This record gives sequence, C-alpha cells and structure tokens, in this order.
Amino acid sequence: MEETMFIDPQRCIGCRACVAACRECGTHKGYSMIYVDYLDRSETTATMPTVCMHCVEPTCALVCPADAIKTTDDGVVLSALKPRCLDCRNCVNACPFGVPKYNTEMHLQMKCDMCFDRSSEGLKPMCASVCPTSAIAFGRYEDIVPTRRTKPVKAHVFGNQRVETKVYLMLPSDADEVAVDGCGVFEGRTVAEPESWIDLQVEETDKSNEF
Amino acid sequence: MSKVTNVEKIIEEFGPHLHDSPYDGWRADRVIDRIVPTHCPYCAVQCGMNLLVENNHVVGFEPRYDFPVNEGRLCPKGVTAYLQVHHPDRLLHPLIKRNGTFQRASWDEALDLVVAKLKELQSKYGKDSIGVYSGSSLTTEKTYLMGKFARAGLGTRYVDYNGRLCMVSAASANNKAFGIDRAANPWSDIPLAEVLLIAGSNCAETFPVLNKFLWQQRDNGGSWIIVDPRQTPTARQGDLHLQLKPGTDVALANGMLHVLIEEKLIDESFIATRTNGWEETKALAARYSPQVAAEITGVPAEKIARAAQVYGRAKTSMVLHARGIEHHSHGVNNVLSYINLVLATGSIGKPGRGYGTITGQGNGQGGREHGQKADQLPGQRSITNPEHRKHVCDVWGLPEGELPQAGVSVVEMFGKMREGEIRGLLSICNNVMVSLPDTNEVRRALEGLEFYVCIDFFMSESSRYADVVLPGSTWSEDEGVTANSEGRVVKINKAADPPGEARADWWIIQEIARRMGREKYFQFDGPRAIFDEMRVASRGGNADYYGITWEKIEKQNGVFWPCPTEDHPGTPRLFEERFYHADGKAKFHAVEFEPPQETPDEEFPLILTSGRVVYQYLSGNQTRRIGFLVEQCPEPYVEIHPETAMKLKVNDGERVKVASRRGEGVFPVLVVKTIRPDTIFIPYHWGEELAVNQLTNPVLDPISKIPEFKACAARIEKIHSRQLPILAERRKGASRSEVVSHR
Repeated sequence: MEETMFIDPQRCIGCRACVAACRECGTHKGYSMIYVDYLDRSETTATMPTVCMHCVEPTCALVCPADAIKTTDDGVVLSALKPRCLDCRNCVNACPFGVPKYNTEMHLQMKCDMCFDRSSEGLKPMCASVCPTSAIAFGRYEDIVPTRRTKPVKAHVFGNQRVETKVYLMLPSDADEVAVDGCGVFEGRTVAEPESWIDLQVEETDKSNEF
Repeated sequence: MSKVTNVEKIIEEFGPHLHDSPYDGWRADRVIDRIVPTHCPYCAVQCGMNLLVENNHVVGFEPRYDFPVNEGRLCPKGVTAYLQVHHPDRLLHPLIKRNGTFQRASWDEALDLVVAKLKELQSKYGKDSIGVYSGSSLTTEKTYLMGKFARAGLGTRYVDYNGRLCMVSAASANNKAFGIDRAANPWSDIPLAEVLLIAGSNCAETFPVLNKFLWQQRDNGGSWIIVDPRQTPTARQGDLHLQLKPGTDVALANGMLHVLIEEKLIDESFIATRTNGWEETKALAARYSPQVAAEITGVPAEKIARAAQVYGRAKTSMVLHARGIEHHSHGVNNVLSYINLVLATGSIGKPGRGYGTITGQGNGQGGREHGQKADQLPGQRSITNPEHRKHVCDVWGLPEGELPQAGVSVVEMFGKMREGEIRGLLSICNNVMVSLPDTNEVRRALEGLEFYVCIDFFMSESSRYADVVLPGSTWSEDEGVTANSEGRVVKINKAADPPGEARADWWIIQEIARRMGREKYFQFDGPRAIFDEMRVASRGGNADYYGITWEKIEKQNGVFWPCPTEDHPGTPRLFEERFYHADGKAKFHAVEFEPPQETPDEEFPLILTSGRVVYQYLSGNQTRRIGFLVEQCPEPYVEIHPETAMKLKVNDGERVKVASRRGEGVFPVLVVKTIRPDTIFIPYHWGEELAVNQLTNPVLDPISKIPEFKACAARIEKIHSRQLPILAERRKGASRSEVVSHR
C-alpha cells in the first residue's frame, strides 16, 4: 500500500516544529502550509495540527474553473499550476478543511503537496520528519496503524457533503467517520464564547485566506 | 562598568532584530556543496541534524534520519537554529566601549586591553579579584578549557558556570544517592517501562523530542504519572496528574513512599543488599500518610495513594525529573525524595527500570563534568580532594601550590562583586541579566565592576554592560563534543567559518591566557588537542572519557561515559551491578518536608513560579532574534486561574503589574484553567523590564546553591492598561519584545 499521512491530535504538543519545517521544503519558498491551533487555551493546552487531507475527490479541484489543481497517480493533490491559476480563490473558499491559501505576491494558490519533491524521491515530508511525537506521521498503513492504539478514520461529513481522504485522522473512539455536524459548529451555539487572546491570534494568522 | 544609559541605541545597532530567512532569501535553485551531519545547538536531547552549506554559508537543514535518538525529529527551535548563523545581528569584530558607546576595535587592541585590565586588577587586588563565568551550551572541550583558563591561566578561585541555574540540584542529589552524577538509563529503556513517573518536567515544551520515547512507551501500553502545578502539554496526556502546590515535592514523594511501605510494594531484598539508610527513611515515611501529604501538597490523598499503587505495582518503571523540582531552596531534597521511591522499589539498573534527570542545556551534562564548576576538576573530580588535585596538576604540569582552592556558586559570585571582592569579570555563554534571580541586584553587580569582558556571538542583555565584547562563534563554526541528557557523548561538526572577524571561542580564551604569560599551559592547536588532553585529565575519574575518541563517537552514533579504555564500548546503563559509592551501595536519604523560603501571605498572596515556552531557548539571546519563534511567543505573560482572575477583577489579555518583595513587572494576563488557583506562572526568557527574574527569590539551596526560581510570593495589581498583548497587535519589524521593553 502506498505511503500517506496519519494525523493524531492527541499526541500534538503544539510546538509548531511542523509549521517551521514546512517552509524549508525546496518548492515551498519559505511559506508554511500547515496550521496548528489551540482548541481553547483557556480550558486546555490541547492543540490540533491541520494538513491538507488530500481528498479522493478534492473539492478544491472540483470548483476550479481552470482545472489548475491536479492529483498525482498516488492521490496527492498538488498546489495550483502557475500558468493555469486564475486568482479566483474558489478553492480557498470551498475547501471544507480550510487548507489552501492564496499567495497575493505570487498570484497563486498554494497548499500542502505532501512535499511532493521529497516524497517522490523517497523522503518523508518535512512536517512528518520533524514532528517530535509523530502526531504527524508518514508511512504505510500496515507499518503505522498496528503500532498505535488509536483508530484510523478517513471519512469526514460536513453537513450534506461526505469527503473521503487519503490522509488518516487517528482517533481514540470507535467512530468510522468524523461528523462535523452536531459538534456545535453549524447548530446551537449562536453566540460564541469569548476566547483567549492566544486563540484569537492563531485564528487570525492561520485562518487568514492569504499569505 | 558604569550604568548603561543608551540601551535603545545599543538595541538599534545590535538588536535583537528579527530575521527569518536564509542570508540570501528562500531559493529553490541551490547547489549544496556540503551536507554536514551535526547536532542541534539547543537542549540536551542533542538531536542529530544535517546542515546544508553553500558557498561557505549555512543555508538550511535536512533531517538526519540516521541518528538513533531523534531519527530526523526536531522542535521549532531546532528547525530554525541555522537562521542564527548569518543573522544580521552577529558580532563581526571586537568592540571596546568608549564613553558609553561600543566602538570597533582590532583583535590586538581588544585583547591587549583585556590583558592589561586583568593584570592591573590582579596586581592591585589579588588573583581572586577576577571572576570567570562560563556556560554549558559550549562544547565539552571549551568547558574544560574554561576551567583550566580560570585556574591555570588566571589563577583565580572564582569560576562557575550556568549549570548552577540548571542541573546542580540533580547533580548533588545523584552524587549523594548513587555516588555519580549521570542519568542511570539510556532513553531506549523508556519504551520498556510500564509506568513513567515524571516530576516537574514540562518535557513537551522543554525537551520536545524526548516525547518520541514517551509515546513509544504509551504505544506499548504504558502509562504516565505527571507531577506538575500546571496542566502542561505533558500533564494533559498523563494518566494521573498530581497537580501539587509548587515546592511540596518532598511531602508528595514521602506520602507515596508511605503507601508503598503500607501496601508492601517495596523490594526488601534489593533494599537489603544494595542500599544503605533504609530504616531511618522508613521511619520518616511512616509520618507522611497520604492525608498528611495531601494537606501539604494540595493533591487529594486518594490520588497520592493511587499514584503509589500504580508506580509500585508496575513490573518496570522509570522516574524522570527536571527543573520543576530542582529550582528550589530544597531542590536537592526534592530530588532525593524521588530517588527514595526508585530505591525502595529496586526499580533501577535493568532494561525499562531506572531513573533519569532531564538536563537543560545542550551540554548540561558534559559542561558539569570537566572542571568549570566552582568546586570541581576534570572527570567529575573534586577540587578539595588532594589526590584529585595532584592528578590534574600532573596532567597540566602545574605546580600544586598554584592550583586555587574551591570558589563559590554564581549567585554568591555576584554577591562578591557587590561587596567588591571580585572587581573584574570574564563571561562566555550566559546572559545573567535574564537568567539570574533578582535582576535589579544583578544589574547593580555589573554596574559596580571595574572591568567586564564578554565573549558572545550576539550582543546579549548582559554584554550591554561590558567594557569589551569579543565576537565568538556559533555551534556550527567549530567542532567538539557534547554529552546529552542520557550521558551519550556526541560530536558537533564544523559547517562553515565564523563570519567577519569573529573567531572560535577556544582561540579567544587561549589567546588571552597566552598574552597573560601563561602560554606554557595553553599550547592547543585546535579542539582535538584540547579533547585529547581532557581524556587524560578525566582518566580514572567518575566521568572517565579516556576511551572516547571522536572517531568512536562517529562510528557508534555516540559513546556513553564512563569509557575507561579505547576498546571499551561505553556504558549506556549504569548501576546494573553496583553503585558508585565505595561500598557499591546506593544511599537512602530521610528528607523532611520544608516549605519554599517564601510562602504566600496577606501582602503577597500568590505563589509565583517561572518556566519556559517551547519557542524560546533559555535567556533567548539566540531565539529572540528569529522571526518565526518570536511570532509564536513575542513576550512573557502571566497565567492566572479564572477563579483568581475573577477575584482580582482582571480580564484575559489585560496588562497587570506583578510584584514581589524584590521587584515588579507588567505582563498581559492569560486566563487558563490549567494552573492552580493559588499559583501564577510567567515564562522567563526575556530581560530588563520583561524579566520575571526581577521578582524571583535569590535564596539558594544550601547544598547545590541553585536559586529558588520555582516559588516565591507575589501579588497582582490592576493598572487599568488598555495596551493589548503583542500577539493581538501583531506589528511587524523590530523584535517587539524589545520595543515594548524600552518604550
């Protein structure tokens, strides 16, 4: 089976080594395409890394009017092709995980490409190479999953959209899919709780749609 | 020197400024000339890393997958470490302060001035009027040279090192209990332990890559007992989190020992055959029921009992601890009380059974082995032991009468500066204006010096007070060894030459000694020659490096000392058969709980504890210049529990004044449920107005002389500030910590 990423938020220590290392991949040109967020710093030190989940049917590619976002034979969803990218930002707005960003200087959408220039040469992506706890791990399913006590999940449900991904989320539960409905994002909680200034800062920088 | 009145100008010229890319920008078209395998310059995991060199410039890193400790892993400090090498703030030529302003000087000019001043002071006030203060982020070769420089070069008794603020409580306790100062087990033992008891260590932030082994242990089905006043990222994942009141570890450990004895979870035969001092310790533990321990520590009695049962019933277990229990006026006792648990269960000296201190600095271990410590000679020898003195004098060719007696710890050295006994200071690899307790008194000591020379590669908060600043080298510009926290000696390799006129540190130190007329003792042509002399000087001592060679280190991916002969493979696991006391046994120590020197009262009702964040390293002289790291954590803050914040009527993000008996500072509030309501926390990496050490208590542990950074009494005052935390403002440009600090 081919190699892929396994994201285990439980193990994340919030150090952002992945965020720093992402910039170092040759083709990333100093831009980081991975995000680490505090869940709610006032309650807990828990943090969550977000990489591109490399969807089987990538929403970003589906909404691209110029067919600029290509998927490799191994299922790696690449950044937009420079000659084709129209600056429209459909992909930035459509991704259910909030991953791609628009680079205003380069007039280009950029996103995690699983360090394609590294992985195509047999090297691990930068984030998975440096992650101290293997909260982000890269390898074959049969090598990684048996060593863990968490469950690999690759289906995510966002309202009416069901997304299957190449990247696995490692969860402590028995769930077969991650349902974003019902956890308060779409229903209930109409007035947001005030968040810690540290959370807000991260929201502002990481979730901005632009570099 | 005198007062520094032009701090803003010094900052403008020398930084900290933010820098966040390779010297020539981010480029995808590099032609890498050399890939240099080496290690990270920061903490004592000493992760392997490869530096990428193009045109004699370090332009990036590549994970070093083949080094067994980290297998490519790094923390954010390690990832960005290379950015300091060609940082625009680098000191590129010697500086002499004239009329309060640093001016460029030639090496001859600067060195001649240093030598003239040192000679003048020594002839006026005696040899001991010069203090030497060194550090443990240096290679072991350099730390050996610093001890020799002070004693054989200057002939002063006053030499100490910054491990005094770091490892000394653990070192003293290890020597008392085991007769040697080194972690007992290699980290490869951690995944084999059923239970880990981790006390006073937020290793997720301070030792990130150690967590590789912790999670391997958990993947194997293991569990963690975490002792910490805060729910740190480490404690969050603990199966049991004992959230004790800072400084009450002895009561907690004695309470656990009480339960181990009551429930017969102790190893009688191990105690009988391999230890001394059990009866007294057992009698003392009888008085610390879980209820008594709960009363003192604030941890529920059932939790203490549960922790003891989990630890005691495990077939394999390890105890690890760090500064949280060591930075106390009873730091040595805190460590001894946890060692009692290890000895009582006999859980040591076997795979998956053992004990380890979590060192701080990259060479925290090596830096305390070879004679830059006030009371120590190479090989962990004692400067008060006549045989040890003779051995080292023979190696050096120094007449025994010329070898000074023991000096004093660094905090005491600064006392002697204020008293006028020490008139001149030479420092390397430290930043006292950030790292010593009671900053205002430290400043007074520096201002009162007649001469202060500082070797560094960046202008630190402390070197601003210097008369002469000599530009030294970063870790990538020299070679030598370090010993990581498990006692593994590894090799740092040179990637490129120092920039400008900066020179290798060993050359600078040796040159001063030679110009002092002591060239007879300083004939080294490079770090290898220093290492070879050090091997001989350490021979037969506890930290015996005689059998270690640079080649063996490369071949074996590190060598664990002791390694007495060239055909010896090194010693990864200690105490398999015997301990290092003369009778081969370990010692229990019956230690009674005593509270921190300062406890809360009406005037100062809160316990202030200090510590680290993952984005900054120690005094921050390196990391507070790197854009990425500063972006993540640009300034210190004060963590307050919501209950306490409510009582004080302070809001999240509001700047408040935090005051103790010694000083005060203004910090933004971070309201978090992850801290005890009676405790507040401030990270310590900043200087001047942002230093938590303006508030901390300089009281020392009577044995290790470590200051009590982890507990003092403080209060919070509302100042009705409208200024937001920097992270909320997010301005770009100069290091914002500095902008705020000197507004």
